[in-house]
Amino acid sequence: MPAEVAPDVSEVRDVIIIGSGPAGYTAAVYAARARLEPLVFEGSVTAGGALMNTTEVENFPGFRDGIMGPDLMDNMRAQAERFGAELVRDDVEAVELDGAVKVVVDSAGTRHRARSVILAMGSAYRELGLPDEKRLSGHGVSWCATCDGFFFRDQDIAVVGGGDSALEEAMFLAKFARTVTVIHRRDALRASKIMADRALTHEKIRFAWNSTVDTLHGDRKLTGITLRDTVTGELRELAVTGLFIAIGHDPRSALVAGQVGLDEGGYVVCEGRSTRTNLPGVFACGDLVDHTYRQAITAAGSGCSAALDAERFLSH
Amino acid sequence: MADLKAVTDATFETEVLASDKPVLVDFWAPWCGPCRAVAPILEEISRDLGDKLEIVKLNTDENPAVTGRLGITSIPTMHLYKGGEIVQTFIGALPKPKLVKGLEPFLN
Repeated sequence: MPAEVAPDVSEVRDVIIIGSGPAGYTAAVYAARARLEPLVFEGSVTAGGALMNTTEVENFPGFRDGIMGPDLMDNMRAQAERFGAELVRDDVEAVELDGAVKVVVDSAGTRHRARSVILAMGSAYRELGLPDEKRLSGHGVSWCATCDGFFFRDQDIAVVGGGDSALEEAMFLAKFARTVTVIHRRDALRASKIMADRALTHEKIRFAWNSTVDTLHGDRKLTGITLRDTVTGELRELAVTGLFIAIGHDPRSALVAGQVGLDEGGYVVCEGRSTRTNLPGVFACGDLVDHTYRQAITAAGSGCSAALDAERFLSH
Repeated sequence: MADLKAVTDATFETEVLASDKPVLVDFWAPWCGPCRAVAPILEEISRDLGDKLEIVKLNTDENPAVTGRLGITSIPTMHLYKGGEIVQTFIGALPKPKLVKGLEPFLN
């Protein structure tokens, strides 16, 4: 294949937004309404963000009967587009963020320029870090209940994690599976009370408290796991053909590491209550900066703040 | 945009295993978000590399025999077949450059 050299874009925009979850799209809505004509890199396979792999979202205000995650994101996307945001389903390969004019390089190597950049790359699924995890992923080990739950009809499976995401996965998987065991390293759930109550009373869901996954078994596909009791250290076997991992997320900050200030967890550090990073004209929002809340609504709120901060920066 | 050819339990043998060309099979289902995300990328690769490989789709919902025989439990899964053998596997939606890089060593 001949190497194609993509031409650079000489125009300097007001703002480029990297990422397209609730934070990125909300930033796009606000920036577009401020007539900043934002260019949004949505991601080639991650467009819409984490909510694209969920089902019913019950806690986003304004949708009293709930809304499907992908529908919510389609709505946000259409809203941003309606006000003139330019949305591109492409990945950003590199950035140059210091200097008055920032450079954002897309997957074809084209260099886009802007006076401000809003970072909204979100977070990625955390892995257990077990030796056989990669080998068995796609063969029983999964990170997406809505994608893969169907393949475990009438089987015994497990979910690792104790937060809302883990319980949502467990509830969804219980529609198909014979039993779902929720494996949690503590003796109480971190999830919201309403989700915990639903899971604790569900007839197909059981709990392995104070437990971590020690070993995965299976040659060509998962046949079982060994659990370790976090209190006694005792090991026990659990025969499951599916293991869904929902132990949280890590910020997707590799793109900007070495340029923008990150904390020890890899989150982008912002100044006070603002979305300002250590670099003038570079703002960050959503799961990329959020240690604590990590909700669709808080991500959307911080996306709004980032657009307003960028607008203020550009007007000076 | 030209849709990719669909293969089924009935046609898998002739369309995939007996093909002279390398064939990339995309195992997908309508409810799967990442499958929808990767679909346009596969169409692009098919346009770029269509002379060297064929890309086809298999709906896991409607074709349980092949899906079960291959032990597919995550979608999207993509298998590259050459001479009836799986020579490369991709699990999950991947960006175009990664897919192309994974395919290229097996294409003439």
